[in-house]
Amino acid sequence: MATHKYFFAGFGGQGILMLGQIMAYAAMIEGKEVTFLPSYGPEMRGGTANCTVIVSDGPISCPIIDQATCLVAMNQPSLVKFESLVSPGGHIFLNTSLIEQDVARGDVIVHPIPATDLARDIGEERAANIVMLGAIHKMVGGVKRESLEMALKKVLPESKAHLLALNLTALDAWKQK
Amino acid sequence: MEEKKLMKGNEAFAEAAIRGGCHLYFGYPITPQNEIPEYMSRELSKHGGSFVQAESELAAVNMAYGGALTGHNVFLSSSSPGIALMQEGISFMCSAEIPVVMLNISRGGPGVGGIQPGQADYRQATKGGGNGDYHVPVFAPASVQESVDLIYDAIPIAERYRNPVMILADGMLGQMMEPVTLPEHRAVRSEAELLAEKPWALNGHGDKRERMVIQSLHLKPEELEAHNMHLEEKYQSMRKELPKYQIKNCKDAEIVFVAFGTMSRIVNEAIDQLKTEGITAGLIRPITLWPFPEAAFDEIDPSTKVVISTELAIGQMMEDVKSAVAGRFPVELIYRTGGMVPTPMEVARRAKQILEAIR
Repeated sequence: MATHKYFFAGFGGQGILMLGQIMAYAAMIEGKEVTFLPSYGPEMRGGTANCTVIVSDGPISCPIIDQATCLVAMNQPSLVKFESLVSPGGHIFLNTSLIEQDVARGDVIVHPIPATDLARDIGEERAANIVMLGAIHKMVGGVKRESLEMALKKVLPESKAHLLALNLTALDAWKQK
Repeated sequence: MEEKKLMKGNEAFAEAAIRGGCHLYFGYPITPQNEIPEYMSRELSKHGGSFVQAESELAAVNMAYGGALTGHNVFLSSSSPGIALMQEGISFMCSAEIPVVMLNISRGGPGVGGIQPGQADYRQATKGGGNGDYHVPVFAPASVQESVDLIYDAIPIAERYRNPVMILADGMLGQMMEPVTLPEHRAVRSEAELLAEKPWALNGHGDKRERMVIQSLHLKPEELEAHNMHLEEKYQSMRKELPKYQIKNCKDAEIVFVAFGTMSRIVNEAIDQLKTEGITAGLIRPITLWPFPEAAFDEIDPSTKVVISTELAIGQMMEDVKSAVAGRFPVELIYRTGGMVPTPMEVARRAKQILEAIR
């Protein structure tokens, strides 16, 4: 039974919760079991934000994780704080536009992604979360590309529907070398 | 059947109340349940209902009392300190036999406490903070879907017994998102149908019928005692008809955990972790906290070494666990409090220590 345990972390305002929601929605569209657990409280007003998304082929008993199979650190404090959360052999996605530090551990797979820079290149710095989502999709899989597109359509509120094309561009902004 | 939706707990709970037939909502903002009044303020009027933001929780509970007197279904939500303010109203509504469904998205206490998840309102919910001989059925869901189902089902239960019913969830359930299948909208009843079902409802007599009075004041002790005996008969029926629980793996279990709501999900994972270490553990998950499902404890295998009450509170449910175990097994406690939530690994480790000490 395949289970992905994602932990997304960054600043409030970086779209961390939206990132987690899109991943959760995409997995649900594919008929997978899913839980989305956000941090809540003062984080929403700036400071740090994080969420846990579990995607599984079988029932998920607990939405709280001991270990993540995939950490997505959108800023430096998130890497420092949550590096130890990743299970051995797990993945760490680094937003290298904002993180200068290296991953100290040697037992994890590190993916350096300049998400904020790539997002700025396509004209919308705030789409860094979606750039990262595209990278996760390419390197870890978990859900199909078309599910992510459908999820984007579901999660974007009507008032933001015009941003769909931009988000789809963002999804492809990072290319595997 | 409706398609599955990924919904935030609080929004799903509000939608479940609307679909269940909630017509009136009264509330006052408090974290971590603010999405409920927000959702109600936007959606309830679309279904012919009314939303009122009261000036306080005390006002909200008394508006609910008055609103429910008209026979319409009323839904109330708040979080721990807000529910504390509503205790007087709950006692009054039990005496006056007012059906209201209330939801507590509980957080860490005591006092104003914090805003992270807690279960330390267990005693408040099950034993009551109001005065007098009264009870409120308390349901404790463990997932967004189960919360939706229990809220939907609580509405006819409140009507059947003419008594408030509480759903005790917590900040984690309120804030998390899970896929849910929403129930169908209950048919809207006409005013005439409503009155036929609820002949006690106060809808204005218009000189066409006798004036009716609903109150919780009974100055003659003989009358009050008779009234309380009548209420007690209802509570006895609830004790017979309502207990609900889920049991997992209690045959041959060395450890039997007792946990409800959020905590039961953590325990479920801890049980899997213990299994990899050769320790068999089971779970009794009370779905009703009052009436407490004592029958579940008769299903514990005599070979079980220890029963562990596992809580986001310091041994509040443990009192009921001890009473239900009635000396048959040692009862121990694992807890975190104040909004701290343990990981499955932490629960497994502490359970192992407890078991080793007993062996």
